[in-house]
Amino acid sequence: MIHTFRRLGSNIAVDTESGAVHVLSPIAYKMLSYIKPPLTQDMPVSLRYSLARFDSSDVEEAYEELYSLYEQGELFSDPIPLGDISKALSTRIKSMCLHVSHDCNMRCRYCFADCGGYVQERKLMSLETGKRALDFLIEKSGGVRNLEVDFFGGEPLLNFDVVREITRYGRELEAKHGKKIRFTMTTNGSLLDDESIDFINAEMSNVVLSIDGRPEVNDYMRPFEDGSGSYETVIPKFKKLVERRGDGEYYVRGTFTRRNLDFTADVLHLVDSGFNAVSVEPVVLPEESEYSIRKEDLPAIFAEYEKLALEYIARAKAGRPFTFFHFMIDLDGGPCAIKRAKGCGSGCEYVAVTPDGSIYPCHQFAGEEKFKMGNIFDGVIDENIRNTFAHCNLIENPTCADCWAKYYCGGGCAANNFHMEGNVMKPYSIACELERARVEFALAIKAALAK
Amino acid sequence: MKHVKTLNTKTYASRAIGSGCGECQTSCQSACKTSCTVGNQHCERRVDENTAKKDQNTGK
Repeated sequence: MIHTFRRLGSNIAVDTESGAVHVLSPIAYKMLSYIKPPLTQDMPVSLRYSLARFDSSDVEEAYEELYSLYEQGELFSDPIPLGDISKALSTRIKSMCLHVSHDCNMRCRYCFADCGGYVQERKLMSLETGKRALDFLIEKSGGVRNLEVDFFGGEPLLNFDVVREITRYGRELEAKHGKKIRFTMTTNGSLLDDESIDFINAEMSNVVLSIDGRPEVNDYMRPFEDGSGSYETVIPKFKKLVERRGDGEYYVRGTFTRRNLDFTADVLHLVDSGFNAVSVEPVVLPEESEYSIRKEDLPAIFAEYEKLALEYIARAKAGRPFTFFHFMIDLDGGPCAIKRAKGCGSGCEYVAVTPDGSIYPCHQFAGEEKFKMGNIFDGVIDENIRNTFAHCNLIENPTCADCWAKYYCGGGCAANNFHMEGNVMKPYSIACELERARVEFALAIKAALAK
Repeated sequence: MKHVKTLNTKTYASRAIGSGCGECQTSCQSACKTSCTVGNQHCERRVDENTAKKDQNTGK
């Protein structure tokens, strides 16, 4: 399978199965619309006529080059033999989202977590439960050394003392069991102080700082409980954290809605405020919501990604690069094909744990009774739910199997699929269109910066 | 090549065999947690190999 597209002035072909990405001359690009495998070493005579408007020696040269890619397995390459991925997913768990707080001091209008409450009573996780959650993770991790614990909520800093003690306990477990735990946190930032800033910078491998961008955009969507805007409170705290963080990884992370489809302005506002690792992402809400992204918004969003990509390239070339999460793509490293096929691993190697110790496939299913997989105290996992998620992989999902972008996407988000399409195996179509466009822009940026 | 410029130097197939070790970071399409997508995360085994090479070069 190949995919050809034109973005940002480049003609590009992606060979899905090998992951090879080729920037093409106009002749070679046009030629790909006429040829299909198996290719012959001798150029088909019909191409001379189809491409008669080009110089014949250029046409022959272009065909030779495309044929050599084909021979090397970088064009029209065969599917990678991945076998039965669902059976390859062992029962080990290696990553956990720890909901240390089902409470929040903000009332963001788009919050999937019912403003921190997750449709249940507002609650904080006890230290005892947190420690048991880490014990459970260690028990279930098998031989995997690199583990992950993400402090989430609600707002995790509402339970900072427990976060600190869980982390300390985690460090003891690392030493005892030969593990390496990557602690991370997502926070709305409003409760950051010197102590929590220094703790986060010392202990969290990554921190996600939630803010939507321009003050007026942010304050409408992210008010405090009393309705007042949060921008002026969180911005200086985020700046202080980032200044003290040195080279440590972080993202400022915002959400765009139908109200701010001109989100480039929000991204650049954050970059120009001093944050050079930014993510601004589409809201996921039911179609009837006044903030949701609908199909008719897609052309405007694609145009906005193009605007952002052009600015991204301009600043990179001017020596002022910034990182935008969805433009990041690794063409030479990245994970293996098996990891790409199984994606995020929700419900299998990654689970979420709520304040009462219940286990869910991921943070977006927290509180949904039919997806409750068990609890950390007896550690017994519902195999039916686990198997449902084990089948959410590129090989078994027919919609994904035929998509050129599958190995960059990893199969999308099972939670979005369920909440928007009613089935974890049914890809949320708007998300697919956005993902494919973003990957095209990410690759076109690579092409532009390689010139 | 005059008509083709390939952006990458490595392909997936070379990494499919013997992989799936599970050591790499959990990915998510959203930066709401671990902040890497499948498209940009690192292979931990390559990170370890590079660290070992670096240590070898510096005599550690």
